[in-house]
Amino acid sequence: MDLSLVWAVIILFGIMMYIIMDGFDLGIGILYAFFKEKGDRDLMMNTVAPIWDGNETWLVLGGAGLLAAFPLAYSVILSALSLPLLFMLMALIFRGVAFEFRFRAHDTERHFWDKAFLCGSIAATFFQGMTLGAYLQGIKVVNQVYAGGPLDWISPFSVFTGLGLLVTYALLGCTWLIMKTDGELQSCCYKLSQRISVCLFTIIIVISIWTPLMDSRIAERWFSMPNFLWLSPVPLLVAIVFYRLQKSLQAKSETTPFIYTLCLILLGYMGLGISIWPNIIPPDISIQAAAAPQQSQIFALIGALVIIPVILIYTGWAYYVFRGKVNPDEAYH
Amino acid sequence: MSDLALTLARFQFGFTISFHIIFPAITIGLASYLAVLEASWLKSRNTVYLDLYHFWVKIFSLCFGMGVVSGLVMAYQFGTNWAGFSSVAGSVTGPLLAYEVLTAFFLEAGFLGVMLFGWNKVGPELHFTSTVMVALGTLVSATWILASNSWMQTPQGFELVDGKVIPLDWFKIIFNPSFPYRLIHMVIAAYLATALFVVAAGGWQLLHGKNNPAVRKMLSMGLWLILLLAPLQVVIGDMHGLNTLKHQPAKIAAIEAHWENKGEEATPLVLLAWPDMAQEKNLFAVEIPVLGSLILRHSLTEQIPALKDFPARDRPNATIIFWSFRVMVGLGMLMILLAVTSAWLRWKGTLYQNSTFQKFCILMGPAGLIAILAGWFTTEIGRQPWVVYGLLRTVDAVTPHTAGEVGLTLALFVVIYFALFGMGTVYVLRLVNGGPKTGEALQGDAISINRTELDEFMVAPEFHPDPQPSPPTTSTSTGKNAPKDH
Ligand code: HDD
Ligand code: HEM
Ligand code: HEM
Repeated sequence: MDLSLVWAVIILFGIMMYIIMDGFDLGIGILYAFFKEKGDRDLMMNTVAPIWDGNETWLVLGGAGLLAAFPLAYSVILSALSLPLLFMLMALIFRGVAFEFRFRAHDTERHFWDKAFLCGSIAATFFQGMTLGAYLQGIKVVNQVYAGGPLDWISPFSVFTGLGLLVTYALLGCTWLIMKTDGELQSCCYKLSQRISVCLFTIIIVISIWTPLMDSRIAERWFSMPNFLWLSPVPLLVAIVFYRLQKSLQAKSETTPFIYTLCLILLGYMGLGISIWPNIIPPDISIQAAAAPQQSQIFALIGALVIIPVILIYTGWAYYVFRGKVNPDEAYH
Repeated sequence: MSDLALTLARFQFGFTISFHIIFPAITIGLASYLAVLEASWLKSRNTVYLDLYHFWVKIFSLCFGMGVVSGLVMAYQFGTNWAGFSSVAGSVTGPLLAYEVLTAFFLEAGFLGVMLFGWNKVGPELHFTSTVMVALGTLVSATWILASNSWMQTPQGFELVDGKVIPLDWFKIIFNPSFPYRLIHMVIAAYLATALFVVAAGGWQLLHGKNNPAVRKMLSMGLWLILLLAPLQVVIGDMHGLNTLKHQPAKIAAIEAHWENKGEEATPLVLLAWPDMAQEKNLFAVEIPVLGSLILRHSLTEQIPALKDFPARDRPNATIIFWSFRVMVGLGMLMILLAVTSAWLRWKGTLYQNSTFQKFCILMGPAGLIAILAGWFTTEIGRQPWVVYGLLRTVDAVTPHTAGEVGLTLALFVVIYFALFGMGTVYVLRLVNGGPKTGEALQGDAISINRTELDEFMVAPEFHPDPQPSPPTTSTSTGKNAPKDH
């Protein structure tokens, strides 16, 4: 069995968990732009306060897993994308401390941490999206070292993926809030979700057209024969899910909008994955070429296979403890 | 790669890790302290413990938040700034970091929510379990990251193929020669730093006339711990030094500013000096003959290797680590002084009244954190010019960025860290100033408080509802009448 393949799957799983879980909590920060009331903002933040740290830990797992199983990819990708990644991390600092500081601040200071939470969430998401876009466009490597310039990551495409991710996370956050709140806040979220989901649908279409046009190798991967058959249901599924999402929002159901949003994101993620598979540093370094020595991959794999299920169990338990609507009377600790 | 860019990259790493380690040091200590407090509360149902828990958990959560976000930066910086290091040695440090994430970070994060917000959601046993899991997580985390760092100091259990590290024996990699010493030294350091912080908070409260059972209890607990750990730290530190002498003799020579061995003369101990790297000698040295041999060889004649035994390009900067080492040891001695004084005052029965002692406690509040930073500076700068000792030089480890790029991110980090973590410190100090509140225990309805016990507690003579700080004289007298906590 090919260990590198197993590791690629684990890392893809970790990144997906990250996108989903930190996605809705970054989304809540982005949505601060639409809610100005202190009461609303308290409530929104309290829907994620007990779990945001765990959500962010998936990002650390992505980084550590990459370093463990594909040190070459880790060193090349991170040095190529060092600026947007460091900007993202700085932005995450602003929003991370806002969770704690906002509830400790005097009334006159609170507006500052509200802004830190809002701007930090927006900036973190935007740079994450740009990183993703730049990664898809490919990284210039000579002799196993990054050979491009410090600003290669800036392009119209990466700006567009940055905006795309903002909309994605906003929708995740909005449908999460539908699930966790009620009353006026919830009805606002229904309305917002409808508008944001239309934006997201448009963005998915644009990216699906833009990506193959941008890179002939990706086009080849999409339209060559067995792949095309596998991929052809994807646009259809996207359309169906989008339609169901709209219906469930109109029907005011509480959990299904979040689930349909997750489906949309999964479909998009698969599309992107197929665009670069089986490379780990696009356009041409493969998973096998960047792999760590067997000894490293096996050692870490034992831990990952045993411990990740346990993690999923107790993380699930923590979500279960904080299930249901958040109660406005339950203040921060 | 210009020299400037390398210097900036090193500065950036040193700066971000120095900020990071401050928060783990406090969270490692406080998490264990909170577990002890909650256990004591469950066992004795004495609400003092619960009050203290509620007081310190707020400070803990602030520090934890700052620890998480500054740690996130560290995990990515290996790739963004130290690509050479990651691609050569990532096969060892990567799996260790992955295990840290899997066994420690997720554990901390998973149970943290219940620990902070779960009082009314789960029963007392489950809540206590959560606190213990978080405490365990911090210790497990320290274990993995120190295994990784110690391997970089004293690497073994691998072979080099095409310039890349191939791990052979994971047991040897993790239990490398300096790991046990470094782990014990660091965990004790974290406990000491936290205890000093707790004691300073207690001293501050007493000095401002807020003398209540919770304040006395935390001062007392902290001082007992320091009395136990500060002398122990000297013993461990000495063993750590002997181990370093064996594996990194150049580092010890630089720490001792020992330039050359003259004939058969035993090595002296240089107490104070200004080691000058360019002139290869000490300016203004104050020395004690033979003591160096005595401490490091436990002998009256045997010499230790001297700096001039190593080529100039392999010598660490003695000017810096000579002093950082002395700062650490000096503060360690002050901690012992504090602990011994407290034992003496306790015996005389004036521990909670002596205002000079309270001021001493407050002054020593940051001493543990400063000693930790000084210790790490000694360790890490003493390892130079290597990143992985004897294997990979720092110059070869760095990502070839331009100086402008690294300079920009460094400047941003400096501004952001000082602003945000500075505000964080203000919030922590505000909480400390507020002091433990005596009524807070009543808030959690999931906790069954024994009513009669509580009533007794409320009417007890030493109970003063907080806000009106009584003048120091009255507080002294109440303190005298109050029953001793220990
Ligand atoms: C002796 C202990 C120690 C040392 C030397 C370090 N850390 Fe740390 N770190 C911790 C002890 C710790 C901790 C106690 O486990 C923290 C502090 C607060 C927290 O949330 O966990 C933590 C948090 C923390 C996090 C956030 C975890 C989360 O999301 O919950 C990351 C990614 C790192 N660290 C990574 C690093 C790296 C890459 C280091 C080395 C360069 C490093 N730490 C040094
Ligand atoms: C936690 C406390 C720590 C502190 C305060 C600290 C401090 C420092 C400092 C000041 C430097 C710069 C040395 C120089 O360039 O002259 C450095 C370098 C370095 N440290 Fe640490 N360190 C700590 C822990 C760690 C750990 C746990 C690791 C690894 C797992 C680590 C890995 C490194 C690496 C890779 C460098 C190389 C960069 C360089 O040489 O500048 N450090 N550290
Ligand atoms: C007073 C006697 C002490 C002695 C003899 C001593 C000895 C040492 C030595 C020799 C090192 C360098 C090890 C190496 O890099 O190879 C070291 C590092 C260190 N010391 Fe101390 N130390 C003492 C007190 C303290 C105190 C009081 C603290 C903090 C509260 C402290 C915290 C540290 C830390 C954090 C490091 C870096 C991590 C490590 O390498 O273990 N030390 N110490």
